[in-house]
Amino acid sequence: MGMELGKYKTCVSARSTDKEIVAKAQDGGIVTQLFAFALEQGIIDGAIVTGLGDRPWKPRPFIATTREELLTSRGTKYNVSPNVAWIKEATRSFGLDKVGIVGTPCQMQAVRKVQLYPIGMRDVPDKIALAVGIFCMENFLYKSIQQLVEDHAGQKMQSVKKMTIGKGKFSVYTERGNVVALPLKITEKYEQAGCHVCLDYVANLSDVSTGSVGSPDGWSTVFVRTKKGDHIWSKAIAAGCFETKPIEEVKPGLELVTKLAHEKIHKNEIYLNKRASYGVGKGLRNPYI
Amino acid sequence: MATEKSATIPSDVKMEKKAEVSKKEEKSVSNKIKAGHVHLSGCTGCLVALADNYQGLFKLLDDYVDWVYDLTLADVRHIPEMDVALVEGSVCIQDHESVEDIKTTRNKSKIVVAVGGCACYGNITRFARGGQHNQPQHESYVPIGDLIDVDVYIPGCAPTPQQIRNVCVMAYLLLMGTEDQKKLAANYLKPLMNLAKRGTTACFCDLMTEVINQGLCMGCGTCAAACPVRAITHEWGKPQGQRDLCIKCGACYSQCPRSWYSFDVMNEFEGIMEIIDGAMK
Repeated sequence: MGMELGKYKTCVSARSTDKEIVAKAQDGGIVTQLFAFALEQGIIDGAIVTGLGDRPWKPRPFIATTREELLTSRGTKYNVSPNVAWIKEATRSFGLDKVGIVGTPCQMQAVRKVQLYPIGMRDVPDKIALAVGIFCMENFLYKSIQQLVEDHAGQKMQSVKKMTIGKGKFSVYTERGNVVALPLKITEKYEQAGCHVCLDYVANLSDVSTGSVGSPDGWSTVFVRTKKGDHIWSKAIAAGCFETKPIEEVKPGLELVTKLAHEKIHKNEIYLNKRASYGVGKGLRNPYI
Repeated sequence: MATEKSATIPSDVKMEKKAEVSKKEEKSVSNKIKAGHVHLSGCTGCLVALADNYQGLFKLLDDYVDWVYDLTLADVRHIPEMDVALVEGSVCIQDHESVEDIKTTRNKSKIVVAVGGCACYGNITRFARGGQHNQPQHESYVPIGDLIDVDVYIPGCAPTPQQIRNVCVMAYLLLMGTEDQKKLAANYLKPLMNLAKRGTTACFCDLMTEVINQGLCMGCGTCAAACPVRAITHEWGKPQGQRDLCIKCGACYSQCPRSWYSFDVMNEFEGIMEIIDGAMK
């Protein structure tokens, strides 16, 4: 097990057995299915998820307390959604005792810092029941995604049905059947600055983390990492929520996940070093101690 | 259940059991650290936060801490020698008793912890200008770090019961634990010690100057949740502060995962949470 994939108990390729969830899922519908199951079982009272905001493809974090609400948040948005902003509110205004949250690796880091160093997070640490992480190479601000879709791909934001990043391309699919694939060379300069110091690709600190990389189309790679995660995942499997395949038997498998994780971390470590001597005898701040 | 069992157990076994219990009690008492609460210009919210650990506070007092000084909770007049002094509030430099108190605290304590925004950064007392009844001449309030060296910061207004508890447990492990526990506690406390070295001012602006301007913000949303006065929202993916609302408590910056982040500690989050939970059982 390489360090770049973090600690995990099991790793499988999986997809939801729920047709409704899979219909609009990004890949295997893992996050939506896991939260739907946890809600139904009372493992969580609600989950902080990424829904639709006031503009097409603009994410808005919100607290889903029903399956119907969860279903409105399916799919990857490819731009920044401050999900952790709701973590205290979930336990206060919403009165949740068992909170689920989905987020990128950096947001999982934030959640764990909230739990170990709850400086401004009264009564939050014990109420995080399930933290689901998603693989993340980098993220974009809304305006960057808008520029990519409208200026580079030449499509209206409201006409876009799905976006994906994979096989070296950023692809935009529209309702009327247009497909525009931009090479990642173009998207690169729009990447969010803060992502370039990130040393985590597969959400090492989540309870369960998932992403498309490593599994065939329509399936997701799933890492089960903590005792909590293992407990919930095993129950979900026993309840028939997921079809699974051993990760060793699918293509491209863990080899690709490891390769991409290594590439991301290595590239960002070089950037972190470069930051240390960014000026003349002066550098930029390094958050890691 | 215990009474049911003892009815069938021969008397010699019972004797042995009794001896064991009294031995354990003795040991745990002698192993306690001495701690107390020093109250300067604060609103007692920090002390209330400590008390809001409820049965956890009793556990701390039973097993880990002798509470040797506290204007509110202990009947002791003068600041005694302490292993850990939890200081609440800023220091009014026109009030000579307060100045003497903080100096005595430093001289008599191994570890001085600034608890809460006022002790760390001045917090709401930064806005004081004097003229209030019945000590109108009291107008200048400084964080304790402006007068003494501080070892550990717990920012926030109010600081949380859980953060105060974690620091108490870790301070205990640091002073009384095994070598491994000492190392763990030192790692855990290091970022809070770094905060104490960093300075005595805090503001939402720290997020601008130290995080966003430094190209480190990734819009996770933590600062907005940490802010006790809801001065922070996220606009277009980044924190937006209403700076007039900011009370300068330091919660947003210190809670931000890109202000400081220790892989040594965070990668072991599951084990550390189990240790803290175990200590409080």
